[in-house]
Amino acid sequence: MSKFTKKRGKAKPAISTASLPDIIFMLLFFFMVVTVMRTSEQKVKVKVPEATELTKLEKKSLVNYIYIGKPLRKFQEVYGTSPRIQLNDKISTEADIPLFLEQHKLKVQEQSRPLITTSLRVDEEVTMGIVQDVKVALRKANQLKVNYSAIQRNK
Amino acid sequence: MARKSNKDRLSNEINAGSMADIAFLLLIFFLVTTTIDVDKGITVKLPPWSEEEVDPTKLNKRNVFSVNVNALNQLQVRGELMEIGELRQKAKDFIINKDDQGAEKPTKAIISLKNDRGTKYNTYLEVYNELKAAYNELWTEDLQRNYPGYSDTEYNDKLPLEIRRALKLKIPFVLSEAEPTAFGDEG
Repeated sequence: MSKFTKKRGKAKPAISTASLPDIIFMLLFFFMVVTVMRTSEQKVKVKVPEATELTKLEKKSLVNYIYIGKPLRKFQEVYGTSPRIQLNDKISTEADIPLFLEQHKLKVQEQSRPLITTSLRVDEEVTMGIVQDVKVALRKANQLKVNYSAIQRNK
Repeated sequence: MARKSNKDRLSNEINAGSMADIAFLLLIFFLVTTTIDVDKGITVKLPPWSEEEVDPTKLNKRNVFSVNVNALNQLQVRGELMEIGELRQKAKDFIINKDDQGAEKPTKAIISLKNDRGTKYNTYLEVYNELKAAYNELWTEDLQRNYPGYSDTEYNDKLPLEIRRALKLKIPFVLSEAEPTAFGDEG
């Protein structure tokens, strides 16, 4: 007994870090669950407008994204400063939209294809001309479910 | 090398100290790749593509609530200039025919939205938002008046499908978008 107490007195006991992994794992799982992988590199600047009457996009796999905005500064030498369309990670034109939609369709199961939504992430500074061209292209490709991306404004 | 005694070996545990490091590494990876933005927006159903344009002159002018937005982001509603803040109330009055100037009945009401190629997207979406809000408010009012048990609920997408159908049958959301004019500057 006396030997035991002596030993303890000599070296200070270290703080137990055994529960540290548990805490970290908990955080890890939280972030794993909420993570949405960044699918493509952003090449155009998009700041979506504010609105109040919003609906949530439910199934991420049934959504394809079209970005419209001015090219970022580092791409302006190549693509200029007027608003452009970005599909996947390429700056494109509205002529590329049917192929883009078709490629996305192939990844979706056949029975859920009518539920595919196109999310238009359009910068608030963009004028309607280019948006109109995209809308016409979507209508011609028979992709009629569209969501104008926006952020919630406090009422 | 001297063999460790049996007692020593028993007291050995797997060293869990590096577990934290591994977890940290994964944590940092997910922290960096995470974007916590829920995708929200105004959902719209576009009309199918057809070559011929709808002729608005065939419609009874009384049933059409025309909203024009020009390249200077100004609003013209049924021939009069208007601020965006008034739009929601005016649209509601039109649909339910409050002052006898509106649509004959809500099912006949048509909202016609026309913009310019130079109109800012921000303005366009704001106008669209107001029009949608007008309908949402009417649906909410109808819901609270006619459906017992829903007197405090606002209209939303989580309501039972048959109620939503019934509400939309009574007050259908008909919005037609005309081909935009091309007077303003794009860019």
